[in-house]
Amino acid sequence: MDGTGGGRRQRPQGTALVEARGITKLFGSFKANDDINLSIRPGEIHALLGENGAGKSTLVKILYGSLQPSEGEILWKGQKVGIPSPSAARRLGIGMVFQHFSLFDALTVTENIALALPDRKSRSALAREIEKVSAEFGLPLNPNSVIVDLSVGERQRVEIVRCLLQNPELLIMDEPTSVLTPQEADDLFLTLDKLTARGCAVLYISHRLEEVKQICHHATILRHGKVVAECDPQKESAAKLASLMVGAEIHALSSEVPVPENTRTRLSIRSLSLPEPHPFAVALHDISLDVRAGEIVGIAGIAGNGQGEFFDAVSGEQLAATATAINIDGKPAGRLGVTARRRLGAAFVPEERIGHGAVPRLRLSDNVLLTRHSTGDQLMRVGVIDFEGTRTLAERVSRSFDVRKASSDPEAGSLSGGNLQKFMVGREIDRQPGVLVVSQPTWGVDAGAAAVIRQALIDLARSGSAVLVISQDLDEIFEISDRVAVMSRGYLSEALPAKSVTREAIGLMMAGLGEGRRSNGEELAHAHHS
Amino acid sequence: MRIILERRPDHSQTMVLLSPVLAIALSLVSFFIIFAVSKIDPFQALYVYFIEPLTALWSIEDLLAKAIPIILIAIGLSFCYQSAVWNIGAEGQLAAGALAGSIIPVLQPTWQGPLVVTAMMVMGVLGGMAYAAIPAVLKIRFNANETLTTLMLVYVANLFLDYVARGPWRDPGGYNFPNSRAFDEGQMLPIVAGDSIRLSIVFVIIAVIAAWFLTSKTITGFKIRVLGMSPRAGAFGGFSRNKMVMMTFLISGGLAGLAGICEVAGPIGQLRTTVSPGYGFTAIIVAFLGRLHPFGILIAGLLLALSYMGGEGAQVALGLSDQTTQVFQGMLLFYVLACDSFIYYRLKIVRQRAVDPALAR
Repeated sequence: MDGTGGGRRQRPQGTALVEARGITKLFGSFKANDDINLSIRPGEIHALLGENGAGKSTLVKILYGSLQPSEGEILWKGQKVGIPSPSAARRLGIGMVFQHFSLFDALTVTENIALALPDRKSRSALAREIEKVSAEFGLPLNPNSVIVDLSVGERQRVEIVRCLLQNPELLIMDEPTSVLTPQEADDLFLTLDKLTARGCAVLYISHRLEEVKQICHHATILRHGKVVAECDPQKESAAKLASLMVGAEIHALSSEVPVPENTRTRLSIRSLSLPEPHPFAVALHDISLDVRAGEIVGIAGIAGNGQGEFFDAVSGEQLAATATAINIDGKPAGRLGVTARRRLGAAFVPEERIGHGAVPRLRLSDNVLLTRHSTGDQLMRVGVIDFEGTRTLAERVSRSFDVRKASSDPEAGSLSGGNLQKFMVGREIDRQPGVLVVSQPTWGVDAGAAAVIRQALIDLARSGSAVLVISQDLDEIFEISDRVAVMSRGYLSEALPAKSVTREAIGLMMAGLGEGRRSNGEELAHAHHS
Repeated sequence: MRIILERRPDHSQTMVLLSPVLAIALSLVSFFIIFAVSKIDPFQALYVYFIEPLTALWSIEDLLAKAIPIILIAIGLSFCYQSAVWNIGAEGQLAAGALAGSIIPVLQPTWQGPLVVTAMMVMGVLGGMAYAAIPAVLKIRFNANETLTTLMLVYVANLFLDYVARGPWRDPGGYNFPNSRAFDEGQMLPIVAGDSIRLSIVFVIIAVIAAWFLTSKTITGFKIRVLGMSPRAGAFGGFSRNKMVMMTFLISGGLAGLAGICEVAGPIGQLRTTVSPGYGFTAIIVAFLGRLHPFGILIAGLLLALSYMGGEGAQVALGLSDQTTQVFQGMLLFYVLACDSFIYYRLKIVRQRAVDPALAR
């Protein structure tokens, strides 16, 4: 761990290699980036911190030429430049390593790299070059290995070598350690040190504050599309960084009715563990949680910490190992499928709208049938669909949730994201389910629609249902939840009353601090007092 | 300047209907050019191929007889393809049905009558189902790619049929021809119209109507469509992909098996080393040309049967190889799949160079 663990790291002096000035990016009326200034010096590792949706990806895509800013300019070595495409970015000297790799499994390392290079060289010359670069930067790699045989860490090396072959002066890395083992991560940090020693700058996107404190010289923190702070991460406490990331305002609950006390548990999860289904997934570790009638429990956490896997396990798309791992209204449901769980009174709204919660090429009336074919709505008789019934139901959902649509029964894919989300939430709430599990209820939804959805969730809970909300939006979590738990790397903390925890404490948990003590609530309380 | 395919915001209903028409037109144009290059009068050739078979009553009956197995199989395949299960081995499932259905007439020649014919049909269906169940199990259990397994199993079935017809089931009084004994009338489907239209035409009508009802009116059809379009949403709806794979394979295998035994217990009248001139493959084209819709398949089946008839006519009248028919059918499938791209995409001309591998991310 030479050069990474010990000693202070000094931000290199000098003029900026790349400078973004007043970058604003609009998607419709939504400001993904709002007047962002960012300056990266040669030879520094510059951290870009922020929650999901803070605007990190948008900014990075603008620097890499995949997106064009609505306003603002980019200076490369003091010269104003336009970056119309990723290939233009690469010609300038900007390389990027993506979080999810784009390698062909059946091809060798050399073949994969040859595909990405603009100039054609002989394979053997390229293989020699790969060997040279990989030796130089401590990225051991056999050019003749077939990708499918490589570990995730080795695949990442292929991506990095692919960038390095083009002699970049700025390397952008998107969550590089999210897929690595700790040992692989340490190796990566050594490589980054070698790179910066030669004057190459690294823009390092990560949620992991410990690691940012360990290796980065400088940090820019984004929140809601704006730069909220710039700092030296080594000088700041992780708690301070976390609170900068998630903000500090407290929102009042918008419900007048207090949470009923001592009500029965409607959804009970007991020691739920699941192995990861594929290499990019997260395993679930010993998750326990109760959701009682009348309350909303919010699960906070940064994307990719097991929320998707957890949702699938609760909905029944992925069966648990034992029946008692999941209980709906006291009935063991761990081994039951989605339909059986719906029949027990549960309803689910997944994060992904298109292709998971709804079929884009089917009409709304057909999409109603997707989740309500067996829930006592009389939508079919001996297997024959009552199309009149599905249309009426779709219309009812659309009216009560104000779903704007161009025709009376359009294809789901033609609705805007916000309207489709209202439809999907409405489709389930219309049933008055005893248990509602909803992931990212207001993702990409405008403020008005978000308010409608959140109020509907609160009303449903107060009418006696148990509501579990998985969200990356801390504002949302604090706005509607009665209790809050945090998911990090497949572990779930104890759910604590929302009024007694601070955002700072939650932010620390989200950033994966204090791992190993994840499943007890004391830590939250400690962080609170410190 | 370059031409790119751009995704349409909504799929084009016009192209859904226009695509097969366009494909047929393009195939005819290509055919025309091929004939012209081969120094054959293209107008005469096209007449022989596509018009002449419709000019006599007997040849129309023959056309129907050829359309029957094609349509039966294509109806079954449409279930598979709607649920994105790529069964291309109907030819083998047909052979399996022909073999299974022939067990009674070959081994118990004295058993005759309507009951026996019914039993033969049932066994034909079961034979096709059982053979289709093999790739279904391989896919469910081992995630084996069904495009490969079904195709390879075609050769297994055809070679086994060949062996049985030459070997154990060869007619002892058949002068060493590689056939089974000729079936008696009491072991064949009765003629219901004209000189040669057998009961199998009723099976086709039932299959078309039942398929229409099943796909457009019932939850089963809904499940098939959802799982085909979006497996993840299907799972979220609580539909089992594995059950659907098995079911669509059994439906298509059963119908292919029925087509096989209807051929043997009908136009052919005995088990031969081959019982189909590629109906199982032609049905793939028919299914796509007919938009996977039962009524579309009915029309497309008649058209492709016409190409078989024309091929035979062209062999006689023009001395063309019967492979020409396969060329035509192959072109037709190629064009229909190509034209189908325009249902979801449209052409766009862009005035800019940059072809960027990173854009493909």
